[in-house]
Amino acid sequence: MARKPFILRNPSVLVVLAVLAVFTVIVTLMSQAYGTGAIPTSMVKVLGKTLCLALAAVAMDLVWGYLGILSLGQMAFFALGGYMIGQWLMYARTETIVAASMANNPIPPTPNELQQAVASQIFGVVGAADLPLLWSFAHSLTAQLVLMVAVPGLLALIFGWLAFRSRVNGVYLSILTQAMTLALALWLFQNDSGFRGNNGLSGLQNIPGLEHVAQARLSVWFLWASATVLALCYLLAAWLVSGKFGSVIRAIRDDETRVRFLGYPVEGFKLVVFTLAAMITAIAGALYYPQAGIINPAELAPIASIYLAVWVAIGGRGRLYGAMIGAIVVSLLSSWFTGGRAPDLHLPGYTVSWVDWWQVVLGLSFVLVTLFAPKGIAGIFDWLGGAVSPRRQGKDLGPGEGSLTEQEAQA
Amino acid sequence: MTRPHALLRHLPALIFVLALLATALPATANTALEQIVTNNLEQIQRPSRRTVQPLIAQIAATGPEGLAFLSAWANRNLGLTDDGQLLITSGKTTTDAITGQVVTGAEPKMLRPNSGVRGLIESALVAGEIASPDMARRAAALDSMARSSSAEHLVALRDAPPETDPALAARRARLEKLLTIRFDDDSAARIAAIQDMSGDVGLDFRAALNPLLATHRIVATSAPADQNIARELTPGRDDFSRDTAYDILKSEGVAQARLTPTAQRDTLAAHLQDGAVAGVPVAELSTTVGRDRAYEALEAAGTVSPAATDAEADDAIDAHRYFDVYNEPDSDVTDAARAAQRAAETRLMAMKGVDLGLDALSLASIYFLAAIGLAITFGVMRVINMAHGEFIMMGAYTAYVVQTMIPDRTGSLIIALPAAFIVTFLAGVLLERLVIRHLAKRPLETLLATFGVSIALQQLAKNIFGTQARPLTAPKWLEGAITINDVISISTIRVAIFALALLFLGLFLFIMKKTRLGLEVRAVTQNPGMAASMGINPDRIAMMTFGLGSGIAGIAGVAIGLFAQVTSELGQNYIVQSFMTVVVGGVGNIWGTLAGAGLIGILSKVIESFNPSNTLAAQTFMILFIVIFIQFRPRGIIPQKGRAAEV
Amino acid sequence: MDIVTGKTRPDEGEVKFGDHSRSLLKMNEAQIARAGVGRKFQRPTVFEDQSVADNLTMALKANRSPFPVLTWRPSPASDRRVAELAAEVGLADQIDRKAGELGHGQKQWLEIGMLLAQEPRLLLVDEPAAGMTLAEREQTTTLLCRLAETRAVVVVEHDMDFVRRLDCKVTVLHQGSVLAEGSLDHVTRNREVIEVYLGR
Repeated sequence: MARKPFILRNPSVLVVLAVLAVFTVIVTLMSQAYGTGAIPTSMVKVLGKTLCLALAAVAMDLVWGYLGILSLGQMAFFALGGYMIGQWLMYARTETIVAASMANNPIPPTPNELQQAVASQIFGVVGAADLPLLWSFAHSLTAQLVLMVAVPGLLALIFGWLAFRSRVNGVYLSILTQAMTLALALWLFQNDSGFRGNNGLSGLQNIPGLEHVAQARLSVWFLWASATVLALCYLLAAWLVSGKFGSVIRAIRDDETRVRFLGYPVEGFKLVVFTLAAMITAIAGALYYPQAGIINPAELAPIASIYLAVWVAIGGRGRLYGAMIGAIVVSLLSSWFTGGRAPDLHLPGYTVSWVDWWQVVLGLSFVLVTLFAPKGIAGIFDWLGGAVSPRRQGKDLGPGEGSLTEQEAQA
Repeated sequence: MTRPHALLRHLPALIFVLALLATALPATANTALEQIVTNNLEQIQRPSRRTVQPLIAQIAATGPEGLAFLSAWANRNLGLTDDGQLLITSGKTTTDAITGQVVTGAEPKMLRPNSGVRGLIESALVAGEIASPDMARRAAALDSMARSSSAEHLVALRDAPPETDPALAARRARLEKLLTIRFDDDSAARIAAIQDMSGDVGLDFRAALNPLLATHRIVATSAPADQNIARELTPGRDDFSRDTAYDILKSEGVAQARLTPTAQRDTLAAHLQDGAVAGVPVAELSTTVGRDRAYEALEAAGTVSPAATDAEADDAIDAHRYFDVYNEPDSDVTDAARAAQRAAETRLMAMKGVDLGLDALSLASIYFLAAIGLAITFGVMRVINMAHGEFIMMGAYTAYVVQTMIPDRTGSLIIALPAAFIVTFLAGVLLERLVIRHLAKRPLETLLATFGVSIALQQLAKNIFGTQARPLTAPKWLEGAITINDVISISTIRVAIFALALLFLGLFLFIMKKTRLGLEVRAVTQNPGMAASMGINPDRIAMMTFGLGSGIAGIAGVAIGLFAQVTSELGQNYIVQSFMTVVVGGVGNIWGTLAGAGLIGILSKVIESFNPSNTLAAQTFMILFIVIFIQFRPRGIIPQKGRAAEV
Repeated sequence: MDIVTGKTRPDEGEVKFGDHSRSLLKMNEAQIARAGVGRKFQRPTVFEDQSVADNLTMALKANRSPFPVLTWRPSPASDRRVAELAAEVGLADQIDRKAGELGHGQKQWLEIGMLLAQEPRLLLVDEPAAGMTLAEREQTTTLLCRLAETRAVVVVEHDMDFVRRLDCKVTVLHQGSVLAEGSLDHVTRNREVIEVYLGR
């Protein structure tokens, strides 16, 4: 058995990277800043954000499609990443503004006064004037970049350690992850938690130090950044799932107990993947929110994470490109339909307004996909390639059909 | 609330009665009244609070006409014509104040007694009322005295003839004691009254104690002998910071202000000359050190007066003693009041505990109702139904629709309960047959598929009923609250929900233990394969249990809709708590669900009671608790035993 | 078996294993497996979604911690070992097929192959012959006997023919305690055994 290079063994990776590159070049050439202007800046932003969502979906696929943990709390990491970078964006920008306005004072401000003024500018809206402890590093981009991956990573590590250690799995684990994101959202909603309550962080689209750069240009830069990070993380994820490590985590997904009897520390593997995915998701969030401009605790609502799962499921889980396709297609369709741009459907006697009916269609199509196309959109590629293997998971155990699941049989 | 105009505001009923009385009276002259009025016209026109008391008493003593006169006077309905005739205007009719005859065409100048005088008049009126032969009027007088008491009331109460009605007598005695505590001049009487009522938790008693225990803060160099000291404060301890102490010294004029950074900056800015302050260039003033240097230079030059240094401030703080002093001078009274307050607080605490328990119980019943359906389906089919919340919503909307068709509240509720059950039962059966059955043994995918159903249903509800909240009105007999005392009360609707939860617990137990269906359900739960080979159709059982679980969700929806607004997000708000209940309680066992609901209900209320203003924090801690709880009991409080437990 | 491999915690008693008689009770399943106790389940439990080669590679004796696994790359030696193992259990031709596509007996062999790859010092085998054809049984017997040459093998089985073919020491258990021990002929003649298992 001659070993081929990694890329050649995974041709899909090459295809994905090529498509991504071509897409980025095309958007750049059609953007207002660098090309014909056929794509308005707002659309460039939407596309950039979509790439970030695709990245989050790739991470979700690692956790769900490969490791088998249906995490309904991924968006907590996404938003945390956004909050961490948002702290610096907001602080640094407010500092510039406040420093400019204070420059007119007869006496130059002390660093302490400057910080006080920034704090009251940022937190006046929640009736506070002091800089919370959690903002101690907000002045430093480096520190916040570290926190951006460290905080969600640590949260995932602690949460995962607690949950996996006590062998919580299946729907229990899903509910628990949902509880985690809900708790975090509720905490952030409080005014005194130090993140401006339900106002969230805003004005994130203005990048300190780049004030002179027009948004049209900035949006393309962010698109490049998003595409690059997506490509890198995709490579990382593909590498992760290709070798023996990938073998082991898929084995954990299919039969955790058996893997344990092979001598693998299942909890360790779960922790590594869960934490890594949380970090990737956080990076995605940190790239997303400067393009969105605002972040608030509603972004952490459990429903957001479920939508992420929906995208991955529709795209096809257990396949990295499936997750990407799902996220891109469904989120773009959603924003098109709910944005009011889709033409109404005139039926005899009733006019279907997509703003009202899109959710219904999405919900039902989701049910249909789960029922009839468990492989999702990515299944089409299999079908085209003629590689339709019989589905062997959820295997029956002979006459006691439906009685005992595989794991029980080992009991 | 002892100010007389407030009393006036509270007395419309009384005044109205008096006004009616006045207009209904035959137009016969009251000579005594006429005489008094004629003799004191000047006083009536420009009454003085200090001297008018005897006059009011005289007028009140002349009988009903006098009382009517006083009431009009206090109410600013009394006018004086240029020829000295006193007239009472009531609406559009004007009558002579003394004879009661209707007068037309007169243009009286209305008298406007000040609030002090009006208070005196009110007291006199109430004192008159307390002796009234009519029981309702005596009760009304007691009410008004309780609402706004004054020292005059105490006198009036003591002078009044003995009360014959036992209930009223008790109320009067209580009121008299309360008034004694507040207004009596005799300390012994006050202490006796306080001790008599000690341990009472009534709001009125506590309100009567509060002014006695009010304190103010004083500063002195030695302990003041003539003051009733509540406690001495040590700066830097007992929530009494040194800064606070220094602020007091400043406000007393004993100490100078310390130099605040802002004051320093402003002073420096005022002495800015040619880009430098006292020789220190402006650029160097961006640090505290630079500023201090510049300020000291200014001080040295004598341009600014020296500010208090920290050492001086410390000396000043230590040189003084700080006391909280009772406004009430008599220490025996305050001691008694304090003891009574402590006793009241202890009892209050216990009662708050009871009240909290009731609250928790009602919350637990709501969670129980919301979660029971979920627990059934999860226990029997290992399926988490994300659309469960939407079934709750569906039940609530069903009740709303029924209500729009049947105006009678009780009737519509009686129809709505089974209707909601049937609608959601059918919806559940439909969902089971169309979706869940095909996803058997794939619990995570079922979870997601039902989530798809959930978002579709939610949007559908929005499209049909709109986004605004729909009211679901409870029948009259469910409104209001059962009040045991000032502390313990529970709304009737919550009692009803508790009863409903009990009913469903009983019903569920009956179905599971006494019916064929229950037997089959239990068999399928324990071992579906074996059950199937015994001739039980697991598909039918799954369908029935799913329908049953959904039906109960519908009923929970009606119950929740009665106290919450019916919106398309109604179910979503309860679904997470329901999940928590099931997870914490343990699946496949009704007692587990009950325990889970109880635990979550009690815990949320207890956490909430620590910080009632911040329910968000309470919920956050609640969820954190659950996450940690799962660490120790991964299978819930009452775990399922045997092979079926191995999910 | 459940107690030895760490799946069930005993109410009382001790499990000691290895040269230093280490207690296994404080270890979890994975640690016990790493200590050298292999287990073959009654039903074939191979990872059906992955190829035979992947299954065997996963079982190869190597560092089991996440990061070493992440950086583990196949070497010519490991490839050779996988091929060897596949040949040993008679699956040389199926090496690139998905395990799910194999027949029942082949899955059993694959699982035995995985156990071989694990190089355990003690092998616990639960009813290996269940559901096998006669020819498959014979091959299984040969496999087990070969395994027993280099390590301790404990087989739980109630198919007497199969046990006879294995030709080894037999222990009869009833409700957790030993009824009889010795050669197959010896135990089948034991009165108590007959009473308990065949009834009077």
